Amino acid sequence: MTSVTTAHSVVEPSVTTRRFAGSLVVLYAIITMIPLVWIMLTAFKSPDDAISYPPKVMFKPSLEGFCNLFTTRSRQTPEFIRSLGPPQGLCDGIARDRNMVVAGPSNYVPRFVNSLIIAFGSTVLAVALGTLSAYGFSRFRVPLKDDLLFFILSTRMMPPIAVAIPIYLMYRTIGLSDTRLGMILLYTSVNVSLAVWLLKGFIDEIPREYEEAAMIDGYTRFQAFVKVVLPQATTGIAATAIFCLIFAWNEYAFAVLLTSGNAQTAPPFIPIIIGEGGQDWPAVAAGTTLFLVPIVVFTVLLRKHLLRGITFGAVRK
Amino acid sequence: MNELSASSRITYRAVMVRPGLARRIRGLSDRMLAWLFITPTIVLLLAINIFPLLWTIYLSFTNYRANRANVPTIWLGADWYQSILTDPDIWAAMQVTAHFVIWTVVIETVLGFGLAYLIDKKFRGHGMWTTIILLPMMLSPAVVGNFWTFLYQPQIGLFNYVVAFFTGRAASSFQMLGDVTLSPWAIVIVDAWMWTPYVMLICLAGLRSIPDYIYEAAEVDRASKWRQFWSITLPMALPFIMLAVLFRGIENFKMFDMVNLLTGGGPGSTTEVASITLKRAAFESWRTGYSSAFAIILFVTVFGLANIYVKALNKVKSR
Repeated sequence: MTSVTTAHSVVEPSVTTRRFAGSLVVLYAIITMIPLVWIMLTAFKSPDDAISYPPKVMFKPSLEGFCNLFTTRSRQTPEFIRSLGPPQGLCDGIARDRNMVVAGPSNYVPRFVNSLIIAFGSTVLAVALGTLSAYGFSRFRVPLKDDLLFFILSTRMMPPIAVAIPIYLMYRTIGLSDTRLGMILLYTSVNVSLAVWLLKGFIDEIPREYEEAAMIDGYTRFQAFVKVVLPQATTGIAATAIFCLIFAWNEYAFAVLLTSGNAQTAPPFIPIIIGEGGQDWPAVAAGTTLFLVPIVVFTVLLRKHLLRGITFGAVRK
Repeated sequence: MNELSASSRITYRAVMVRPGLARRIRGLSDRMLAWLFITPTIVLLLAINIFPLLWTIYLSFTNYRANRANVPTIWLGADWYQSILTDPDIWAAMQVTAHFVIWTVVIETVLGFGLAYLIDKKFRGHGMWTTIILLPMMLSPAVVGNFWTFLYQPQIGLFNYVVAFFTGRAASSFQMLGDVTLSPWAIVIVDAWMWTPYVMLICLAGLRSIPDYIYEAAEVDRASKWRQFWSITLPMALPFIMLAVLFRGIENFKMFDMVNLLTGGGPGSTTEVASITLKRAAFESWRTGYSSAFAIILFVTVFGLANIYVKALNKVKSR
């Protein structure tokens, strides 16, 4: 694609070099994708296929993993099962083949909903606070600006377990343990540092002449911020929001130490999906697959801003 | 960065002295607005980060235990710090951490730079393949750790099967997560799988920041490709490589989630990195005072590294 548009200079790699480089990269990409593809395949295997040796690449697709993910089941005698009516729904049918009946929904959906609420709640807060601060740092002369910015960044460098010890005590005292609000505040505080640094970079790039023109036309500074800067910064705000969302979605250390039921998110829950006799791998794989799909979509959406996001806005191209 | 803020400061002053404009700003002055915009963030960070940090410092000098809140708190002075710094178990954990950090950073840098170098050759479809390679680093480390335990299962796991296929050893003859010599490498492999793309992405930016005319000048001077690589490519990409190395170093020094799910520190304590030792002391033995002191030691270490990191950031930015 690019080879068509760029002019040929002496430094252009030759066709052979390109092909060689390309094939090595493709080889790496394929190897690196195998674990992911494997876990997605496992989600559609029956428990027997999932733990067969040698590992099965070809198998009969089954929805048992997803059924086990969404339901809890109890083992019954064959006589009892025969005494019941026809199976209610697909999952009940699958369970009955294994002498079980569906007892009720599992905790996966509530955990997934917690993940959504906490991720979106903390993202909205972090981006709102971050946009205001970023504008403040970008446009005004703030005393100790560099020190404040470094302070904001350094809060993100703390080891999560070290932060979790006092937060655990603090939340226990003020009644925020195992609440969504507590998790939202905590994730906001972690994300706001990223949001400030990223958004400051984006806002720095908006020429301040725009606001000045608006202010000459009679806007106040605040109106100029709302009506001129914010619309210009939309892309940056969206990219920042996705980064915050991904962090909150993926976070595990705080979630596993500070939540136990009510506010537990999906990452601490997925590894403890247990079937009869150890981990129920198809169910774990199904939970993992559903959990990872949004991230894959976001990664593709974000690819132009990835570099900026992972370096706190330091590297921009 | 410095250059940029300096130039913007000048424009700002220019705006300030324009009298007609200043009169038009009704309501809030700029100074008020600046504080109004910045204060909420600072307040949140003070409440959720700094206050707890100060509390941790206080606790680290006491015998407080979170599961026995009614026991009267006794001031111990620096006892915990002394016992931690002389505790062989802590030094063992630090060694495990060092092994993990050094090997992951070395492997990720070599692989990541190599990949970036190849992708920079701009072969057909390099954009799509780059996005595919980047996927692992966006995933949840906990979920990654969890599904790698499945791949590492001795009899049924794909990893063991593939190794068995290529080496001829029986797939059930080795346990990546249960073996004392293999488990430190098991966590290194997963981390390298996950984070090589990160280093690759930053190195790629470094390589792309090198202007073509330098290579053209080198061609004119008949410098060999080998010479060009060592005298142009590597030195000019170095600040970016350093950035990636420092960031991975800091992140892996704090590593918790992935290792917790892969091995939980085991077998024994062969993969017990510092964060896992800390979690065991704080949330399993409930030695809150002791673990607070350890947390502060870790924090000071990370803070020192972060300081170097920010300096490196500014160096890269000023280019």
